[in-house]
Amino acid sequence: MSQPTSAQPGGDARTELRGSVVADRYSFWYGPKQVLHEISLGVEERSVLALIGPSGCGKSTFLRSINRMNDLIPRISHSGDIRLMGETIFAGGMDTVSLRQRVGMVFQRWNPFPKSIYDNVAYGPRINGQRDRTELDGIVESALRRAALWDEVKDRLRQTALGLSGGQQQRLCIARALANQPEVLLLDEPASALDPIATQRIEELLYQLKEELTIIIVTHNLQQAARVSDRTAFFYMGRLVEVDLTERIFTSPREERTEAYITGRFG
Amino acid sequence: MTSVPGSAPPTSPAGRHKPHATRSQRAAAERTMRTLRRRRLINRVMVGVMYLAALLAILPLILILFHLVREGASSLSLDFFIRMPAPVGEAGGGMANAIVGTLVLVGLASAIGLPVGIGAGLYLAEHRRSRLALVTRFLSDVLNGLPSIVMGIFAWQFLVRPMGGFSAYSAGVALGAMMIPLVTRSTEEMIRLVPVSLREAALALGFSRARTSLTIVLRTALPGIVTGSLVAVARIAGETAPLLFTAFGNQFWSIALDEPIDALPLRIFYYATSPYDDWRALAWAGALVLIGIVLVISIIARYATRARHGLGGD
Repeated sequence: MSQPTSAQPGGDARTELRGSVVADRYSFWYGPKQVLHEISLGVEERSVLALIGPSGCGKSTFLRSINRMNDLIPRISHSGDIRLMGETIFAGGMDTVSLRQRVGMVFQRWNPFPKSIYDNVAYGPRINGQRDRTELDGIVESALRRAALWDEVKDRLRQTALGLSGGQQQRLCIARALANQPEVLLLDEPASALDPIATQRIEELLYQLKEELTIIIVTHNLQQAARVSDRTAFFYMGRLVEVDLTERIFTSPREERTEAYITGRFG
Repeated sequence: MTSVPGSAPPTSPAGRHKPHATRSQRAAAERTMRTLRRRRLINRVMVGVMYLAALLAILPLILILFHLVREGASSLSLDFFIRMPAPVGEAGGGMANAIVGTLVLVGLASAIGLPVGIGAGLYLAEHRRSRLALVTRFLSDVLNGLPSIVMGIFAWQFLVRPMGGFSAYSAGVALGAMMIPLVTRSTEEMIRLVPVSLREAALALGFSRARTSLTIVLRTALPGIVTGSLVAVARIAGETAPLLFTAFGNQFWSIALDEPIDALPLRIFYYATSPYDDWRALAWAGALVLIGIVLVISIIARYATRARHGLGGD
C-alpha cells in the first residue's frame, strides 16, 4: 500500500514539472482545513489534462487555484507554488486581473451575461481597451468560429444570449473566454449539465482548441476524460494520487486506488 | 345480510355474522372516510377564511378610491391642473403650483436619495459582513422606522433655521433622507439576487472587482433597483408631515428652490381643514390626483419588475 504522501515520487516527477502550467508542491487551506496536499504536476503546452476523482477530492479547488478564483473566499491560505509559463502566479507583479485574462475559465453552469450574443463575446476585449468597431467585429467573429458557434448565431448576434439553448450558451461562454486570447483554458465540468449531443460538440471543440492552447478540464465523466485528454490526473482526498498519459491511467494505472476508481469500485 | 356502506356503526348486528378480519377492516375504512371528510371540510373553511382576509385587505383601498372619485371627480377639470389657487370666495381655481411643486420636491429628493441609497445598497450587498455594513444596515432600518414628522423637525432645526426661512431645498433634503433607507435596502436585496455565477463569469474574464460590481452586477440588478426606487418615490410623494416644517406651502406660483414651495399633500391639508366648502371639494380632487400619481408610479414599478423576469437583452 502506498503511503498518503504527495504525488508519485520518483523519476517521472522531475520531467512532469515542465509545461505551461506547473504546480509545485501546492497546498491549500480553507481556514484550518487543508484541502490540497502538496500537488505537483506539469501541463504541457497545447495538451489537454483531465482532472478526475470523487466529489470533494479537491480537483475543482485545484482548478480554481490556477486563475486564483479562490481569492474571493475569505480565510484561505496556500503554500507551494503554481507557475504559468515559468512565472509564479502569486508574485506581487501578477495581479488577478491580468492573470485571469491569460487563463480563461468556463464553468459547470453556463453563465452568459444577460446581454446580446455579440456583447457577451466583446465584453472582455472592450474591458481591455479595444474600442475599434471593425477590430471588435473581427475578434467576436473569430472567437465564435473557434467555439464552433458562428454559423448558428451569425444572423442574430444582437439578440439576447439567454435565448440560446444550453449547449449553445456553454459554447458562447467558451467563445467569451477565447476572445481574451488566453494561453490556458480551465473548464469545470463544462458538459455535465448538457445532453449527449451538446456534450459531443463541446468535446470536439476541445479537440480543435488544444491545437492553440493548454486545456485543463475537471470531469466526473470518465469516458469523457478518456476521450478528450492527453494526460489524466487522479485526485483523492486532496492528494494527487497519480498523473500519467490518459491511455496508461485507464489501462494500466500504477496505483491501486486509481484502478479502483476507474473501474467503479468507489467514488 | 350486509350493512349499507357508511350507514351502520360497527356494533350493528349484521356485522357480527361477518368474519372478524373483515369487520375490523371495514371499521378502519370508515375511520379513514371520516377523517377525509373532516379534512375536506376544514380545508374548505380555511380557504374561505383566506378569501375573506384577502378581501378585507383590499377593501380599504377600494373604499378610499370610491369615496375619492365620488367627492373629488366633480371638482376635477382642466382648470384644476393649469390654474392657480383662487382667493376665498372666488369660484374655480386649481392646484397647478402644488402639482408642479410636488414634482420639484420629488425630483430634489430623488437627486439626494437615489445616488446615496443605491450606492449604500451596493456596498451592503458586496461587503455584507463588514462592521460598517452591519452598522449601516441596522441604522438604515432604524431610519426607515423614524416617524416622518421627526424628519421634518430635524430638517427644520438644521436647514430651515440656519437658512433663515422655509425652502424647497430643506424639503428635498427631508424627503431624500426618507428615501435613503428604502432605496438602500431594496437595492441590497436586488443585488443579492444576482447569481454568483454571473459574478464569477465576470471575474474569470479578468474584470476587477469594482468593475464587476459596477457593470455586470449593477446592470443585472437594474430593473429591480428601478422598481425599488419607484416604490420609494411613490412613498415620499404623499408625505405631508416633513413638508409642514420645510416646504411650508405657497399660495403663489414659485419654483425657486430657496423659497417656500407648494406641494399637493400640503395643499390638501390646508384646504381640507379650511371652513370653505369649495376648498374642501378641491381638497378631494387634490387627493384624487395625488393617489393617481402614486398609482401610476406603482404600475410603472410593476412593469419594470416584470421586465426583469424577462431578462431581455439590451
